[in-house]
Amino acid sequence: MAESLENRERACYDALGKEKGNPRMMSQGFLTSKLEKAIGWARKYSLFQYPFVTACCGMEYMATAASHYDIDRFGAGFPRFSPRQADVLFVVGTISHKMAPVLKMVYEQMCDPKWVVAFGVCTCTGGFYDNYATVQGIDTIIPVDIYIPGCPPRPETVLDGLMKLQDKIQHSRQEF
Amino acid sequence: MPEPSVTLRKIREQFGESIIETHSRLGEDTVIIQPQVLVPVSTFLKGDPDLDYNFLMDLTAVDYLDLKKKPRFEVVYHFFSLAKKHRVRIKVPAEAKNPEVDSIVSLWAGADWYEREVWDMFGIKFRGHPNLKRILMYEEFQGHPLRKDYPIQKRQPLIGPGAGS
Repeated sequence: MAESLENRERACYDALGKEKGNPRMMSQGFLTSKLEKAIGWARKYSLFQYPFVTACCGMEYMATAASHYDIDRFGAGFPRFSPRQADVLFVVGTISHKMAPVLKMVYEQMCDPKWVVAFGVCTCTGGFYDNYATVQGIDTIIPVDIYIPGCPPRPETVLDGLMKLQDKIQHSRQEF
Repeated sequence: MPEPSVTLRKIREQFGESIIETHSRLGEDTVIIQPQVLVPVSTFLKGDPDLDYNFLMDLTAVDYLDLKKKPRFEVVYHFFSLAKKHRVRIKVPAEAKNPEVDSIVSLWAGADWYEREVWDMFGIKFRGHPNLKRILMYEEFQGHPLRKDYPIQKRQPLIGPGAGS
């Protein structure tokens, strides 16, 4: 039972019209927008992530990604294990000084536009690992867009962080 | 006084004059020995059919700097016999200046990474180790972080703020 192309197009316009708060746009078969906004809308709903998972936060990351919380509902369900194919770097877990150059290299290998999420308190500030081994916040090494606190953060917090990142992507200047 | 375990009895018989101290509490036997008999004692523990300590469970060290104990370091070995189901803890003192004890990698291959960890964290050398280099910290790291005189706030990042200083 293949959906007709027309129906699919209509569903797409409906979704965009609803989001722009303009019901008249819905089901009309056309819409007006700025190219920059349309690109932002496309980018925020097709995030390919690179999960840089080093510690226990990875469990919450997996819980968020799996079917119960289902990160794919937000268009970010596709992990890529090559930084060259990823849009957003999820740094999930404690980063040691020994690991820091590796993280920086992974970040540098990503293509623009790219974003970084600091997942969990260790990546935000070092957390309670205030010691000789641990980087005191990954923002001392690479730029961070969204900080998700928690030790570890619950999936709801992760999804909240993701939605804030999407908001940021939508409202930033689009390079293309 | 309960009967001493077979391990304590046999070690005392074999190495009586090289034993600094033994104690036994809640079924746990501890033997503190002179550093020079570490390899013979280990060989005996592993080879004697009544003891049969075929498993090195743990190898670590203690820095007694703040407790003013002499000598400053102790290397601690935990052995277990899978067949006899008994355990023993062996302690070997090491001097503050250039601490060094014999390696037991030739007896238990599993001692390899343990000894590297103790070298990395405490700076205790293992004579005869095949590849004694840092295992957890990076090669550029200065000092040994689990020593009690390592400054608690000292940071040695490879990149980022404070790197290379």
